[in-house]
Amino acid sequence: MSAQTVDLLSFEETLEKYDPALGLEVHVELSTLTKMFCGCPTEFGAEPNTQVCPTCLGLPGAMPVVNRKAVEGAIRIGLALNCQIADWCRFARKNYFYPDMPKNFQTSQYDEPIAFEGWMDVALEGEDGEPETFRVVIERAHMEEDTGKTLHVGGATGRIHGADYSLVDYNRAGIPLIEIVTKPIRGAGERAPEVAKAYVAQLRELIVALGVSDARMDQGSIRADVNLSLAPRGSNVLGTRTETKNVNSLRSVERAVRYEMRRHAAVLSSGGSILQETRHWHEDTGITTSGREKSDAEDYRYFPEPDLVPVAPSREWVEELRGTLPENPTQKRARLQAEWGFSDLEMRDTVGAGALLLIERTVAAGTAPQAARKWWLGEMARRANETGTEIDALGVTPEQVAAVQALVDAGTLNDKLARQVFDGLLAGEGTPDEIVAARGLAIVSDEGALSAAVDHAIAANPDVADKIRDGKVAAAGALIGAVMKEMRGQADAARVRELILEKLA
Amino acid sequence: MSAATSTDWTRRTAAEMADALAAGEVTSVELTQAHLDRIAEVDGDAAAGVHAFLHVDAEGALAQARASDERRAAGEPRGTLDGVPIAVKDVLATEGLPTTCGSKILEGWVPPYDATVVRRIREAGLPILGKTNMDEFAMGSSTEHSAYGPTRNPWDLDRIPGGSGGGSAAAVAAFEAPLALGTDTGGSIRQPGAVTGTVGVKPTYGGISRYGLVALANSLDQVGPVTRTVLDSALLHEVVGGHDPLDSTSVDQPLPSFVEAARQGAGKDLTGVTVGVISELRGEGWQPGVLARFDEAVERMVAAGAEVVEVSCPSFVHALAAYYLILPAEASSNLAKFDAMRYGLRVLPEGVDAPSAEEVMRATRDAGFGDEVKRRIILGTYALSSGYYDAYYGQAQKVRTLISRDFEAAFGQVDVLLSPTAPTTAFRLGEKLDDPLAMYLNDLATIPANLAGVPGLSVPCGLAEEDGLPVGLQVLAPALADDRLYRVGAAVEALLTEEWGGALLDRAPELKGAAQ
Repeated sequence: MSAQTVDLLSFEETLEKYDPALGLEVHVELSTLTKMFCGCPTEFGAEPNTQVCPTCLGLPGAMPVVNRKAVEGAIRIGLALNCQIADWCRFARKNYFYPDMPKNFQTSQYDEPIAFEGWMDVALEGEDGEPETFRVVIERAHMEEDTGKTLHVGGATGRIHGADYSLVDYNRAGIPLIEIVTKPIRGAGERAPEVAKAYVAQLRELIVALGVSDARMDQGSIRADVNLSLAPRGSNVLGTRTETKNVNSLRSVERAVRYEMRRHAAVLSSGGSILQETRHWHEDTGITTSGREKSDAEDYRYFPEPDLVPVAPSREWVEELRGTLPENPTQKRARLQAEWGFSDLEMRDTVGAGALLLIERTVAAGTAPQAARKWWLGEMARRANETGTEIDALGVTPEQVAAVQALVDAGTLNDKLARQVFDGLLAGEGTPDEIVAARGLAIVSDEGALSAAVDHAIAANPDVADKIRDGKVAAAGALIGAVMKEMRGQADAARVRELILEKLA
Repeated sequence: MSAATSTDWTRRTAAEMADALAAGEVTSVELTQAHLDRIAEVDGDAAAGVHAFLHVDAEGALAQARASDERRAAGEPRGTLDGVPIAVKDVLATEGLPTTCGSKILEGWVPPYDATVVRRIREAGLPILGKTNMDEFAMGSSTEHSAYGPTRNPWDLDRIPGGSGGGSAAAVAAFEAPLALGTDTGGSIRQPGAVTGTVGVKPTYGGISRYGLVALANSLDQVGPVTRTVLDSALLHEVVGGHDPLDSTSVDQPLPSFVEAARQGAGKDLTGVTVGVISELRGEGWQPGVLARFDEAVERMVAAGAEVVEVSCPSFVHALAAYYLILPAEASSNLAKFDAMRYGLRVLPEGVDAPSAEEVMRATRDAGFGDEVKRRIILGTYALSSGYYDAYYGQAQKVRTLISRDFEAAFGQVDVLLSPTAPTTAFRLGEKLDDPLAMYLNDLATIPANLAGVPGLSVPCGLAEEDGLPVGLQVLAPALADDRLYRVGAAVEALLTEEWGGALLDRAPELKGAAQ
């Protein structure tokens, strides 16, 4: 049986027989200026192996020094997740060999995380459409360093097996990471995939609000690992889990949970047993395949990092950082919904699309809330969907959306023309004003040209004109269409209608 | 310096060389060339001679010497030791100079950066003569575990110079360098000092930056001076010591002057100083001639005004066992980075067409590491393994705490503690090579200081009656009280030199032609 022909149980049958337990491990790359343990820059996209030094290359003799800004970011994330902050904690070495790990150990935290025992209330849609929350309990958030990046060259899959050779880029090695681990999430039942997605979406929103990370899933600055196990329905015993690595979009989080639930169920219900292993998520086919076998006994030989002194944040500092926390996301949503006058459904769609902060910024730039919502959830969501990216990764900023809407409000553009401006923005043709000018998109307000076009339309459609003369005003639509066609869309439809009705009165 | 010939600059102490430079009696180029000549004469290679150096940088040293002379001529010397040459243990990263750690796995590696201590000696104007031999990755007490062949003891070329820093100690003892830098994880500065009749200091943990020291066991390692006199150690300590933002474990607070303390000690007055003799560090297994010289030295201290009491440190008997769990554990992790991916040796496995990264790592580590290194990697990996961690690594850390408490209790009663530095004088090459446990026992007296992070110094206290070889006396002080080492060490040195009628090393055999 090949990986592609794995049996899946239907989702409904899966739920009849089993209860899922979820666990989410989210890695957040902090957007500090320098790396976790050295002064190298962290900028994304530099030439390979140019942002390196003896420390992040693991050269013999080099030593780490903790980046205070990274500790600050970790504490703020911990506080925002309602965690306790350790009085005293240490870094530990996680020992394993891999070519993209400069020291062949990762400097991480083991049994003394900086933040622990927190929670986050995840907003979901209730059965009756009313908002509902699901509490996800946070076990810990700890600090660690990222590894380098390996590029496998040759072979069909881009994976290590079958590759001709591999290239390693250590620019990423040593970038600060915060790993946020939930306790097993149980009792979500059929909503497990939804809970997983909503948790990651809301966590990402929180990270953005904290300003500690770019939080770009497409660039890997937030990466989610999904742990899943099934227990026979009503049983309290946790089943064997699999860990699906690097699920890198919100939509994939939901799909991966659903897929693994159905796959586990198929294996278990046919009398098989689940192998404890890591699994790879395939975005294109929507399936997971076996990675490496992983037992609980996998031995990383953790021990406290002797080159670093313990991190002991003073209570004064922690309280000072607590004072810098942004508004709680739940409260913030309620406030914005009231301010914008959105219905519950509109608000839920907004949050679900990851558009809350984009709309907030668009409104702040002067756009009416409903217009902002229309652009982001309509036009931008469609384009993101087509290109398989997140709406905030499209390349259109809230400020640009506001500028385009301002042109619509001023009568310079209609919606159709505005869409062409977005094409121009994505093609890098300049500012909205420049694109309007260069593409000649502005609505024609030359009354002479409009009047001539209306005359042409009336002459070309005498039967329609007669109907309108007889009082069937609704028939004007056909003439408006003809005028707009002649004007290549660059006319104000309301003014065209007025002209037609005047001429046929 | 009555026995020293005034024309042979290599016989002077570093302090004397510094004075002569300041007085314009000699140039740094002359001093440096004199040492390069001495190296050519006695150092030889793996087959013959002292073999203290793995790499001699004549050109670089002379260039630095010329620059020093120019500064001095312009009236802008950078400090007391500007122009006095130095040797550096091959475990310290030196930009542009090979750094092998005595291992095949780093053969040919030239670091792109300087260790902080190396940067500091360069900035202070000390020409670097070269890199000194050592046991591979500082694992050993005889320098026989160097992948490049052993160093020989200038007192008897058939004997070991101690280890792991046998190269630095032998270079200084053989007048190939007035000063050297060493590192001490369990005695690697002090024990070679004892068996070569030189002075070696392991400072308080954190007293000297470890940045650029290729770690053996990070929680135990310290850089320190290797010299012929206590004052010279103090001078060098002040050049390389002090806070370094690149080493998080480095101490950030002002310390008393070591040079002043050494000068005070040279006055030979120990009135008001209470010294404790550690009762656990003598007895069975200790060479009688070593104990005899040690006891005589203590008597001389009493005569000079010191009050002596016997002090018990009961946990010291467990120090060796704890050390041989903590050290291999940290080392096993430190040495993981040698994987043929980024630098150093790369060995392709035989009979494999397209070897995987893992196969290359395995073949390289198998070929590149010596037996003692492999032994400790295996020990350390085992000690850290899940299920064994608490019983081994965890338990060893508890012993460490107990040893620290023993020191605290002892320093509640006395100003400094004393013991012989090593249980025996230098043994013969090959004598203990097949008996790791016998080799490990050499560090019995020096290990507790590393486990507790307190400073220690070894100063010569005579020649053992049985074999005529040097014996070392160890002085231990509380953390951050390194100045006490210099005061007491300098006093012992002055008292005994007076009694001997000259420096102990003046009695070492001539080595002329040893290189052949």
